[in-house]
Amino acid sequence: METRERIPVVSMQHITKHFPGVLANDDVSLELYAGEVLALLGENGAGKSTLMNMLVGLYRPDSGSISIRGEVQHIRSPQDSMALGIGMVHQEFMLVGNMSVLENIILGLKDLPVVPDVATIRKKITELSDTYGLQVDPDAIIHNLSVGEQQRVEILKLVYRGAEILILDEPTAVLTPGESRDLNRIIKKMLSQGKSAIFITHKMDEVIEFSHKVQVLRRGKSVNVIDTASVTPRDLANMMVGRDVLFTLDRCAFNPGEPRLRLSHVSVENPLGSRPYLNDISLSIRRGEILGIAGVAGNGQTQLTEVITGLLKASEGSIEIDGKNVTKCTPLQIIQTGVSHIPADRGAMGVVGDMSVGDNLAMKKYRTHELSTGPVVKRSRLRLFADKLIQSFIIKTPNQDTAVKFLSGGNIQKTILAREIDSCGGILIAVYPSRGLDVGATEAVRQNLIAQRDAGSAVLLVSEELDELQMVADTIAVLFEGRIMGIRKVSETNTEELGMMMAGVGGDA
Amino acid sequence: MRLVLEKRERRLKRMSLLIPLFSFILSLLIGAIVLAASKADPIQAYVAMAKGAFGNARRFQYTLVEALPLLICGLSVGIAFRLRFWNIGAEGQFVWGAIGVTWVIQFWTFLPDPLLLPAGILVGMIAGALWAGIPGVLKAYWAVDETLTTLMLNYVAIGVAEYLYIKAWKAPKGILGTPEFPEFTQLSQVWGKVHSGVFIALALVVVLWFLLYKTTWGFELNMIGKNPVAARYQGVSIEKSIVIALLISGAIAGLAGSLNTVAITHRLTRGVNAGYGFTGIIIAWMSNLNPFASIIVAIVMASLTTGADALQIAMKLPESMGAVLQGLVLIPLLAGSVFHDYHLKLIREEE
Repeated sequence: METRERIPVVSMQHITKHFPGVLANDDVSLELYAGEVLALLGENGAGKSTLMNMLVGLYRPDSGSISIRGEVQHIRSPQDSMALGIGMVHQEFMLVGNMSVLENIILGLKDLPVVPDVATIRKKITELSDTYGLQVDPDAIIHNLSVGEQQRVEILKLVYRGAEILILDEPTAVLTPGESRDLNRIIKKMLSQGKSAIFITHKMDEVIEFSHKVQVLRRGKSVNVIDTASVTPRDLANMMVGRDVLFTLDRCAFNPGEPRLRLSHVSVENPLGSRPYLNDISLSIRRGEILGIAGVAGNGQTQLTEVITGLLKASEGSIEIDGKNVTKCTPLQIIQTGVSHIPADRGAMGVVGDMSVGDNLAMKKYRTHELSTGPVVKRSRLRLFADKLIQSFIIKTPNQDTAVKFLSGGNIQKTILAREIDSCGGILIAVYPSRGLDVGATEAVRQNLIAQRDAGSAVLLVSEELDELQMVADTIAVLFEGRIMGIRKVSETNTEELGMMMAGVGGDA
Repeated sequence: MRLVLEKRERRLKRMSLLIPLFSFILSLLIGAIVLAASKADPIQAYVAMAKGAFGNARRFQYTLVEALPLLICGLSVGIAFRLRFWNIGAEGQFVWGAIGVTWVIQFWTFLPDPLLLPAGILVGMIAGALWAGIPGVLKAYWAVDETLTTLMLNYVAIGVAEYLYIKAWKAPKGILGTPEFPEFTQLSQVWGKVHSGVFIALALVVVLWFLLYKTTWGFELNMIGKNPVAARYQGVSIEKSIVIALLISGAIAGLAGSLNTVAITHRLTRGVNAGYGFTGIIIAWMSNLNPFASIIVAIVMASLTTGADALQIAMKLPESMGAVLQGLVLIPLLAGSVFHDYHLKLIREEE
């Protein structure tokens, strides 16, 4: 209770922020004390990132005030916030891939002399790195580092600039379980040095593991601030969505049929790198089976799905659908054999943002007789078709003529899901389908995948979250550096074994 | 207080009309300053230009004749632009259209007379299509930057044309250029100076509108132009689409070149590269790639040219003033396109 009398290092009072059509933050107040980790929990669009972006000067509040160490401040730019000792690690790292750690750290420093004293800088980096257990080699080139290491470089960059208050935006989204534990350790070290941190997340376990206090945001409003020690994940989930969430999903018993998709010794060369994208992959997916692909991003998941969907050509091996060799087929031919694809990056690969919701829903079927006669697209049929999908998948949009880029992430994903499931001929490839979605939308996505499986489809689910795979998949294959480390039945494995294989340890290989 | 650009919640339909309108008015105002600086009364100058372009039936006919190649070239580059393929080679494709039609009419004398004209136009279109197909294939399969290839190929085309009308195909006597085409291969005139190419151009507008807005092909072009990655994921072959679109784009520019040759010059000669292909880029932009809007834009741009001629005669201003005023139309328009997605907002500082 001693903290109550101290002055908070960060105090945001009655912050309100409008965006066109959205009230992103509605009278939100937040306090952070030295030596503390505050978890900011909320669904997508709850206003967590907006609130933090105001703290680092990327946005400015419409009303309300921000005080740092008791003094009111007007933060207009990230430079202003850095001068106050506030630094943020964004989800997308801001590093230059072909430069060294040291160069990245000093890049953009204002008071840097024309000829920097590299030896002193290197010494300082090594010292800081040792103090916080960051284990970063100042002379390593960024693109040779793992995602976890790159994240540590981002943290080091902030610490080097004198950051006392760290904001971490979904820091564990890209980490293996082991790397997450390292991050937790690093943060603990920093706290012991009097630093403090705000941790944006929508994962309950991390809140419990990392934070002292948790503040829950819902639809732009602050719902609750509580000591982490006194809550359970279920309480938090309820606060977050305002209703009970199902943590288990109903499904039929696992009773797979004959294989629909089979990969035999598939390899894909990487013309730029030293190791191939995919190295001797063999797997099959049967009717009524969800095969989960586990692994940290960048270990060949994208290439695996692209080689199946014909977007990438295998340099060796063969791919069969229903016993027919499709290794050399075009993407369109693969689609016509019944393969649907929910791609990894919904904005960049899944939809055409400037086209309407209706047109986006029609992007698989515009060329079929369902929506066109010969070369002529039948608009009236297309409109009926789109309205039907908008209704059955509960896509929230003003109408089907709205450009899809104006929808929320969850509704964009539902648009893709609706199109791909509607046109699915029994093989569904889903890549990170719930990434960045809130609890409600995630649940909808998972239920749809399971419904497809129960209806006899073969589903390939690529995910970074082991929880999700264990909840949704029947079988899990772990990818590491383009190889399959092992394939396990969900009922016969555990998080520890899968986590080890994700880090390249153990398995059958 | 300060002004900031804020993203619009959605695009407004009326903006696609208001933005070109305001840009045009703004460019007239800037033009007025330029005119005043040249010691000419801007209002008098604009009145002279308006009269020069629309003053009587004959003037208007000249403007229409000038507008036709602009319209067709605008339609041509508009198709490539839908794919974000920056075809600035319509000029060269136009020249190849002229070369193709001349070749047929001058040398394919084995054909029966009535077939010579349609065969000539067809060959002109094929020549233009092939010339555009080269950068199309280079871009589609080897990612060669199309702005450079299309631009450079213009100069090659112009060089070939010069070689032909100065040397290889030159008429034995008389003015520079190939021999004049026989009468039966010249396009008839339907209203004063206006030739029957006007019907071909209008038919083309309708056909293209249908293709672009009503067919699966138009749907695919739209997808590719707005997000090529997503289009690829939906099974669309980007490479094939680029090549096909470029062949069509080039064929249309070739059509413009061959029509102008059989309707106006009646021979391949100096001035075949009159800049219609380049101005077509402006037409495509200003019309927002809409074929029907291109008709109006082409007439406006043509009136700036015919109006400038009058400016020269009535106001004793240099001919290049017309080019200056044409250029001025483009700048506010390009700058103004940001208002499709953004609007200005006044922000009061809190201190």
